[in-house]
Amino acid sequence: MIDIQLLSTPLSISACEAFVESPEVGGAVVFIGTVRNKTAAKTVTRLEFESYKPMAINEMRKIAERALSTFSVFKICIHHRIGILDIGEIPVVIAVSAPHRGAAFDACEFCIDELKKTVPIWKKEIFEDGEVWVAAHP
Amino acid sequence: MTLEILTFGIARDIIGSSFLTIEMTEGTTVNDLKRQILALYPRFIALSSLMIAVNAEYGNETTVLHKGDEIALIPPVSGG
Repeated sequence: MIDIQLLSTPLSISACEAFVESPEVGGAVVFIGTVRNKTAAKTVTRLEFESYKPMAINEMRKIAERALSTFSVFKICIHHRIGILDIGEIPVVIAVSAPHRGAAFDACEFCIDELKKTVPIWKKEIFEDGEVWVAAHP
Repeated sequence: MTLEILTFGIARDIIGSSFLTIEMTEGTTVNDLKRQILALYPRFIALSSLMIAVNAEYGNETTVLHKGDEIALIPPVSGG
């Protein structure tokens, strides 16, 4: 079972945990991405996320479906936020539950790694003296 | 035919609008469109990648475009 959401309001870690709960579950792994205050030596003041919403939801769903068919996991929840986020706020939460912990760790790592490669979401880092679209240039 | 193209992130900054229309011939592929965009907006050459989505799916080089398709420029993604 899969729950995918792209939200412009703060993410709920407990909602993601609750979605993956089940009596069949032996363990759940929750990845929480947070906004860091530095990139290299530069101080970041905030991040701005935007998305191509219908495609972003499609691509997140495809990742979750691939994870379900690749790993012995039970439920996957991927919530991503868009809009302006301050330091310490949460742009992404991924929760995965499985009968055994190994598969849950592997599937959770797969989901965040793939999300960063294929999901059409873009973040701009805002510094005190400028801004940059992350990963745009080599 | 006139293609209507959505832009996001740095692609929107380069084009200066969230929306671009380009006149292309019938039978145009994703690769043809990409070459046309690189010719019109050379700043795209400096990006790590440029993908084109057709109807909310990644297109490959040979995907043929049709009038009315929802086309989007996908610069390097950076979610998470």
